Amino acid sequence: MPCEISGIQLQAYFDGELDAVAAAHFERHLESCPHCAAALASENALRRALGGAQLCERAPAALRQKVRSQLPATFPTPAMKSQVWRWAALAAGLLVAVLLGREIFGLLHAPSEATAFSAAVVDAHLRSLQPGHLTDVQSTDQHTVKPWFDGKIDFAPSVRDFANDGFPLLGGRLDVVAGKTTAVLVYGRRKHIVNVFVLHSPPNRIPADSGERQGYHWLSWQQDGLNYIAVSDVATSDFQDLRNLFLKE
Amino acid sequence: MLEPLERARFEECVLPHLDAAFNLARWILRDKSNAEDATQEAMLRAYRFFGNFRSGDARAWLLQIVRNCCYTSLQKNRPGEDLEELDEASAPSAGPSPEAFAMAIHDRERVTRALETLPAYFREIIVLRELEGCSYKEIAAITSRPIGTVMSVLSRARHQLRDALSEPQRKEAHRAV
Repeated sequence: MPCEISGIQLQAYFDGELDAVAAAHFERHLESCPHCAAALASENALRRALGGAQLCERAPAALRQKVRSQLPATFPTPAMKSQVWRWAALAAGLLVAVLLGREIFGLLHAPSEATAFSAAVVDAHLRSLQPGHLTDVQSTDQHTVKPWFDGKIDFAPSVRDFANDGFPLLGGRLDVVAGKTTAVLVYGRRKHIVNVFVLHSPPNRIPADSGERQGYHWLSWQQDGLNYIAVSDVATSDFQDLRNLFLKE
Repeated sequence: MLEPLERARFEECVLPHLDAAFNLARWILRDKSNAEDATQEAMLRAYRFFGNFRSGDARAWLLQIVRNCCYTSLQKNRPGEDLEELDEASAPSAGPSPEAFAMAIHDRERVTRALETLPAYFREIIVLRELEGCSYKEIAAITSRPIGTVMSVLSRARHQLRDALSEPQRKEAHRAV
């Protein structure tokens, strides 16, 4: 290394693993060190090559099915024979009964419209993952996707490609969610698909903020009088990044 | 009586990471059908030991199990296959210029081949960091290595991948499958 910064340190900066002070220190160094600047560019080029190659592979549907179907048979119950465990099981059973009771009570009293709506959105997301259902207009170009919606819906969703921020636009489609015509923007996130549903609806029908259902998360926000609901199996922090990108003008 | 609740919790915490599990297996094993078997085995193992998992990072916990299943499978099917110890002596030479592999961008086949020429420990760390977006801490947990080792293995893996990408196609032809 022709300078005092080690390759490991540079890499930690590149991976966002340096604390704020160390990162600031490195950035100051970077201004005057062409060697580190070149090394950083090289790391970036490699990341772009890996990202651009779309290497992530989703689990095949058959595997998902197989895993699901085999789960219940393997649940461990060997220790149940001893007397102690009998009592433990009884206690646990009572607890479960109480919990289930609360759950059912909660379900009966939940604001059902919002719940039904979030279920409908997750269902629409699952449907979109079936082969051939993801996009009606397949394009990474926002200037192709946005005009495609013209004349099909009576509102104008914000359509932008966030490829540089890790959310490439894959296309768009029309969907009907809970009886409402909905514009859907489809984004990629690593190997995951994010559906962003955009619709015009009274706010009380839309579930607030965020939630989870069947392992899928959703996050909703309002923008220019429209409701946006992102659904995917990505991490919650990814959702917040996407929402911030949308809200950033 | 416990079963439905436990299963629901498993479906909520662990099943969403099935794609990540399969992806890691696919890249460690370099074979989709073996990867399916290993993933399935790992999911069942995870289900069996789910009682031991209290809370925390379910993805890291699952990937650790997947990784173990993969290496067991590698050792069984191809004993000795690129599992040599990662010694410090094999430190790479200076890297090529960024332009040299800028051309590889969007070339899926070429990047796949380059990644597959790397030893398994290098493949897995690239997949965890670049494809799954794991932090150093998560990678350390998944691979049961100290963070310092994670950093040095990652650095060497990237170096070797850059070399493989800038190398003309001839070396890739010699790759043992």
